[in-house]
Amino acid sequence: MDLSLTAQRPKLVKFQSLIALVLLCIGISLMSDKFFTVDNAWNVMRQISVNICISAGMTLVVLTAGIDLSVGSVLALCGAVTAGLLKFGVELPASNLYIGFTILGAIMAGLITGSLLGWFNGWAITQFKVPPFVATLAMLTIARGLTMLWTKGFPISALGDHFDYIGTGWFLGIPLPVWISGIVVIIAIIITKKTVLGRYIYAIGGNEQASRLSGININKVKVTVYAIAGLLAAIGGVIVTSRLDSAQPNAGINYELDSIAAVVIGGTSLSGGRGTIMGTVLGAIIIGVLNNGLVLLNVSPFWQQVVKGFVILLAVVIDKANSKKD
Amino acid sequence: MLVAENISKKFAGVIALDNVKLELPAGKVTAIIGENGAGKSTLMKIISGVYPAYEGRIILKGETVQFKNPREAQQAGIAIIHQELNLIPHLSITETLFLGREIRNSWGMLNKKAMRRQAAELLEKLKLQVNPDCLIADLKVGQQQVVEIAKALLYEAEVIIMDEPTSAISESEVEVLFGIIAGLKKEDKAIAYISHKLNELFKIADHYTVLPDGRTIESGEMAGMTHDALIHKMVGREVEIVRNSNTVKEKNSLLKVSGLCLTDEKKPILKDICFELNRGEVLGIFGLMGAGRTELTEALLGTCPGLVTGSIVLDNDEVKFQSAGSAIKAGIALVPEDRKKDGLVLGMDIKANISLSSLPALQHSTGMLNHQSETELAKKYISALKIKTPSENQVVKNLSGGNQQKVVIAKCLATQPKVLMLDEPTRGIDINAKNEIYKLIAELAASGLGIIMVSSELPEILAISDRILVMAEGRITAEFNAANATDDAILKAAIADIN
Repeated sequence: MDLSLTAQRPKLVKFQSLIALVLLCIGISLMSDKFFTVDNAWNVMRQISVNICISAGMTLVVLTAGIDLSVGSVLALCGAVTAGLLKFGVELPASNLYIGFTILGAIMAGLITGSLLGWFNGWAITQFKVPPFVATLAMLTIARGLTMLWTKGFPISALGDHFDYIGTGWFLGIPLPVWISGIVVIIAIIITKKTVLGRYIYAIGGNEQASRLSGININKVKVTVYAIAGLLAAIGGVIVTSRLDSAQPNAGINYELDSIAAVVIGGTSLSGGRGTIMGTVLGAIIIGVLNNGLVLLNVSPFWQQVVKGFVILLAVVIDKANSKKD
Repeated sequence: MLVAENISKKFAGVIALDNVKLELPAGKVTAIIGENGAGKSTLMKIISGVYPAYEGRIILKGETVQFKNPREAQQAGIAIIHQELNLIPHLSITETLFLGREIRNSWGMLNKKAMRRQAAELLEKLKLQVNPDCLIADLKVGQQQVVEIAKALLYEAEVIIMDEPTSAISESEVEVLFGIIAGLKKEDKAIAYISHKLNELFKIADHYTVLPDGRTIESGEMAGMTHDALIHKMVGREVEIVRNSNTVKEKNSLLKVSGLCLTDEKKPILKDICFELNRGEVLGIFGLMGAGRTELTEALLGTCPGLVTGSIVLDNDEVKFQSAGSAIKAGIALVPEDRKKDGLVLGMDIKANISLSSLPALQHSTGMLNHQSETELAKKYISALKIKTPSENQVVKNLSGGNQQKVVIAKCLATQPKVLMLDEPTRGIDINAKNEIYKLIAELAASGLGIIMVSSELPEILAISDRILVMAEGRITAEFNAANATDDAILKAAIADIN
């Protein structure tokens, strides 16, 4: 009987990216004395917190053998919705009514928007059998267009006194975005490891047909997962908007690519069923450290893109080599 | 033709083959027999170049050969026809046959005419009466297999290995296949024929090679061998013949199906199906390929809710299932025909597969998964069904066919079903595991479950059913009590409507 080490392999992969991260950190520290400082560490963590939020959702989607290309646009729209409601509220000219929004109310509206857009993705994918790539590609355009309509193409800035605290504030010595992404990660880990939903996500990605015949409501699980991805993109949108104290109509462009990169570097299989949230977190940190390190080393931003591309490629090659060992 | 000597192969330190020898003479069919996991497939993969690293040597037509990949083996004249066919559904027959060795004209473009002509000739020779432009997806499994054989002939293969070629085809298609094999023998091809179906081997094979455990190997002439002697060599002990007690049980209706029809795109697939299933009864459903057996099990499981009409009464309640989930909740479970495609999530461990249909019941009140009760559930069924595995955390992909099948059954049993449907429960698994599954079915029936067993193997149907329904072209054409059922009568009913 062939008793290979498949059961342990995911751990091994995680271990590998951890080693890669440590080596990367050591390498950069040797070349720049600004890298290995507490300030810089928080700086990096704060920068990647948005990507971590988005990527946690992306991991769930990819585990079901799907993909969500719309996260960047959803992030922009939700940030804009929050900013717009906060700054202008809603005026209903017909009844001469004005509804103002508190910070919490505006944020809730943004998060609900994100969940609804994600739900719509899942609905299109499950009801009309649109491939996830196509459905979310359509949403990428739709949500960006709605953002332009909502903002009329201009940033919505100066959002009041307290709103920027979310993106720039500290709590117990830790930046608030890091708190938020940390909580998101913990919840995502609980979902994947400890809940029925999590098990269903892995099962559907592993074998959708067998899962259906096992009595799993595939559509419900998928819609839930895309809605979660939309919600997490919206959280990212609130953080970005708050950090800049401004909702940019062009916010979040190409964020889906960084997110997919984090998922892939983290060892999650794009064909579904295999991968972990912690892997994705490591993947996001690797990308963040790489970006930060290259900036500290004064590498041109153009070269940074080249390097990042090769790292993604390398990660997948290593992952392939690992799965071949079975 | 081909001799493999002193072949040894290890996987991750586990010895799969230890110093075995295989001879495949020209113009003969050599039956290769052994339990799943005994190393048959490994040996065939070595010969066909899938595993380039092994000890020992392979001699083809007097020359030692060493293949680096399947392509080299193919070019040397070794073709393997896998149990699960590897054809690309969207290609036509011609495109499939010439894949990777397309004929080009002097412009470097595809010479479609020449390819089509050759393909037509080959199909004619193999008596497959279909247009070479037909898509693979539109062919029946048996026909696809003939295409695989045609491909082997096109490569001018001298050695043809067939791995369980009849596991997915109907009895009439088997006859066609045997005709083709007889033709290949005349052309002096060496044929290795792997099968669990001993009756077939007696019909078709000249030699046998038994591989009981990957270490010893025994070969000889098929003539003079008996069924029992062969089984004895295979398992090293006599196999107890399965139950055939058919004790008369009092009627206690559990499931009543009446007027069940399934219509897909205006094409009737099931027509007016009526039957009753009692508690503690094993109801065998026999039918040839395309008779609608599998569709019946899926209709009962509620996987095609919009297309089904008729009434299903379960335990005195009229039920209408909108999904597999609602059927499972009501107490109907299905062990599907294709365990790898429909039954298991191969990349997950045994525990997660067993619990897959019953997870909602394994939650804490907080909504979190109760890992402890999940493990207990898995352990309970691993020991109850004697699943051979070092632990419940073993990935299902690494289990043998028989053990995988037991995991699927365990998953169904974990839902506490009233009715258990098994679709071809012993397909592609070895005799020992088959017997264990027969025994299990008998035990489950004795415990009060109603069991529906769909099978295309007559001996199996006859041995373990209390009552037998025969299906043909979407209808039930006959019903027998086990006592008065015979091979002939059942087969006759199964082909009654076809002509």
